Amino acid sequence: MRVVADPDEAVAGVQDGATVLIGGFGPAGQPVALIDALRRSGVSQLTVVNNNAGNGETGLAALMAGGHVKRIICSFPRQSDSYVFDGLYRSGAIDLEVVPQGNLAERIRAGGAGIGGFFTPTGAGTMLAEGKETRTIDGRDHVLEYAISGDLALVKAFRADRMGNLVYRKTARNFGPVMATAATVTAVQVDEVVEVGALDPEVVVTPGIYVDRVVVVRTPG
Amino acid sequence: MTSSGGATEVGTIEHLDRGPLDRHEMARIVARDIPAGSYVNLGIGQPTLVSDHLDPDSGVVLHTENGMLGMGPVAVGEEIDLDLTNAGKIPVTELPGASYFHHADSFAMMRGGHLDVCVLGAFQVAVNGDLANWHTGTPDAIPAVGGAMDLATGVRDVYVMMTLFAKDGTAKLVTRCTYPLTGLGCVSRVFTDHAVFLIADGQVTVSETFGISVEELRSRLAVPLLAR
Repeated sequence: MRVVADPDEAVAGVQDGATVLIGGFGPAGQPVALIDALRRSGVSQLTVVNNNAGNGETGLAALMAGGHVKRIICSFPRQSDSYVFDGLYRSGAIDLEVVPQGNLAERIRAGGAGIGGFFTPTGAGTMLAEGKETRTIDGRDHVLEYAISGDLALVKAFRADRMGNLVYRKTARNFGPVMATAATVTAVQVDEVVEVGALDPEVVVTPGIYVDRVVVVRTPG
Repeated sequence: MTSSGGATEVGTIEHLDRGPLDRHEMARIVARDIPAGSYVNLGIGQPTLVSDHLDPDSGVVLHTENGMLGMGPVAVGEEIDLDLTNAGKIPVTELPGASYFHHADSFAMMRGGHLDVCVLGAFQVAVNGDLANWHTGTPDAIPAVGGAMDLATGVRDVYVMMTLFAKDGTAKLVTRCTYPLTGLGCVSRVFTDHAVFLIADGQVTVSETFGISVEELRSRLAVPLLAR
């Protein structure tokens, strides 16, 4: 784990065709500075995993508008301000895999926990289970869902120490802790980095073992 | 007014003098039927109105799928913090005793049957409790499911809050859903502008009507209706 100088260094080395896990639930917890750095890197053909499919024209929406993304795995692409994605999807420029939100979170959790897949009742009997293995467990239908892991995870946290231990703020935590566990390289943008020992071990949410690169990006205001 | 859940314990009540209900009146009826002390998830859109009608002393704790228990009212003015939003991405507040957790925990809580009640909107509800509320299935529609299937599958009591008839006049309480399903056999109560329905064992019971009689309801719906 190292603290890097800028967001570009935090995302360095990502390859074309990579799978990138991007934290955030809409704007809350979206690591915009890291996404912007990914866009500047010129990488292409990305598969992006995020709950949504971008808002307005910044962050994830800008990454898609720039033509860097070929496929998105998410639970809720359609929002009032998702027009960038909507246009790309309707023109066939981007592929979409819609996953129930809890299955999405659990697939990522499984990816970080070394579990290949799991049977879940969520989605059983619906069109999102079509073509998937189904098994009846305790009298209830369950669908097989496979783990998701990434080459790179981009996460926004509130504070890190120099060992990469992280704490988050309020509902901006959302997908950060599970995504941090599930990628080869986890890059985190934080408001501040503190010295080792300054974080109460009882309140650390993401242990530093999951974190590879930290960059300070102060949230305006 | 009856106490929480009280309407289910007496015979069918026909309120011929009031109704159909507007969405705020529907939200008030939903809030009345949520048992005290419940952990509750309110879906985005109309169901969020239910929070305005919950008695602060009822001990109801609101869950938001993006990782919080103890959600308070919508934030105004200086309370607005973009790191604290609800499932609809609207800034909200936290109440004393609130807790935050990550997404996998939030949905484990849901899937694991720890939430008592959720309130969802719907396109259609069928007599067997099937719910359709996520996708119209039309070719140009962009599918977006969010947490709807997780809620429908995992929460112990799934309440639906919807108008009984669509804009084109077709009934939304149906024999069999024609829209893509969200969950199978999951709905236990349906709150509409014209009536409240209880669903159990493949049968629909009218518990309360608003501005319409049970007989009129029977004439306008294709589904068999029981009354008590």
